[in-house]
Amino acid sequence: MAGSANTARRNDRRARGMPGYWAFVVHRLSGVGLALFIPVHFWALSKSLQGEASLTSFLRWTDTALFKFAEWGLVCLLAAHLVGGLRLLLIEFAPWRGVRSGWIVAMVGTTLSVAILLAALMMH
Amino acid sequence: MMLNIETLKVSIWRGGADGQFVSYDVPRLDSQTVLDVVTYVQRSIDPGLSYRFSCRVGMCGSCAMTVNGIARWTCRTHVSKVSVNDALELAPLSNLPIIKDLATDMSTFFDKWAGAKGQFRGERTRHEDFANVLPSSAARKAADAGIECIGCGVCYASCDTVTWRPDYLGPAALNRAWTLVNDERDVVGRERLRAVAGDAGCHACHTHTTCSERCPKGIAPTLGISGLKRVTARAAVRGELD
Amino acid sequence: MSAATQAKLWYAQRISAMVLALCVVVHIVTILYAVRGGLTAAEILGRTRGNAAFAAFYVLFVLSAAIHAPIGLARIAEEWLQWRGRLMNVVLSVFAAALVFTGLSAVWGLYGG
Repeated sequence: MAGSANTARRNDRRARGMPGYWAFVVHRLSGVGLALFIPVHFWALSKSLQGEASLTSFLRWTDTALFKFAEWGLVCLLAAHLVGGLRLLLIEFAPWRGVRSGWIVAMVGTTLSVAILLAALMMH
Repeated sequence: MMLNIETLKVSIWRGGADGQFVSYDVPRLDSQTVLDVVTYVQRSIDPGLSYRFSCRVGMCGSCAMTVNGIARWTCRTHVSKVSVNDALELAPLSNLPIIKDLATDMSTFFDKWAGAKGQFRGERTRHEDFANVLPSSAARKAADAGIECIGCGVCYASCDTVTWRPDYLGPAALNRAWTLVNDERDVVGRERLRAVAGDAGCHACHTHTTCSERCPKGIAPTLGISGLKRVTARAAVRGELD
Repeated sequence: MSAATQAKLWYAQRISAMVLALCVVVHIVTILYAVRGGLTAAEILGRTRGNAAFAAFYVLFVLSAAIHAPIGLARIAEEWLQWRGRLMNVVLSVFAAALVFTGLSAVWGLYGG
């Protein structure tokens, strides 16, 4: 069975031009991004163990534009992963209303809303 | 009398896995299907072309191919719907070993139906009365939703998860298993759940929904696979799959 | 790994996903609320110190993430990197343990620190 991959053709991009596939790609890549970021995030917060001074110096470092941009991006990843994940849970646990393509639109909409709102608030 | 002098540029996969595309000029006709094009090439240009078809009307499920990159029934696909700049690219189905030209070896595909315990097994004999299955019951409706599958392999060839994990049972076999899980006459439910659980079974599905988008019968295997995920996971927690 | 274990892992990932969905909504709303006018350490710690509800919520959040993320990564490693077997299980168990450890120490730092 496993050998069949060697003698079979593989699909190219033309086979994947549907929203469901791109929703999957966004969900997976945002998931990987979050998995890489979260340990760093936890480690940084645990620096507050050493008290307010330490956290202050940490937050000062986080005040740089690059860090803010990264944080902003990661909250956006979180929003995308959340809405994509809700769609998957609805398909898997309440499948009687189909494959919920509308939620892919919601995924894009929510992520953009969070992205713009957070950027606006960060820059006050 | 030639009704139409337009020609269609058709490139067709020739040979086995290490073959290549070969170009043919085929007269363009009104209401021409992709299967008509393949048949023209075999009858008028190269009788050595291998492909599979039978009913020509979307009942048998044997003529599926990759048409301009997308798996389709060729008999029910009009050239006008899929040609790009009067050109067609025809390849054998993906994810299945190529035998020659447009014909793939479907045995893995059907072996997986058997692997997913896709055979009905009841316990009544012909001497007993018919089972009364209520058409309005939830289980019957769930079975009905997937029962029209004719095993053409379009979903299987379209599935990226099959490409990534060649041992994955795939959408058609799992859809079949789901119809049987919902068949109240069937008596091998537990073995079937054991067969379809886990990373080579329903839990490998990532809900790309490609199978449901591509199914020519409008079946949504994604939803049946979702049902299997829930039912098998609950059975696993209760220790019924050990 | 048996099919039954794989099925249980799938279930654990989805149940943790349901918990995380609630946690993430609360977390994002809190971020959007808290970030107005910039963050200061005193402001954060003022809100979190000795706040048992805060601590309980984030302990739940950390534990759910520690269940959810490694199972998802295992799938990706299998499909895109062809990782299989014991080594992958060890790497991802270490990853899960690291999430629990760093996550809980972060919560403890903000709660007690």
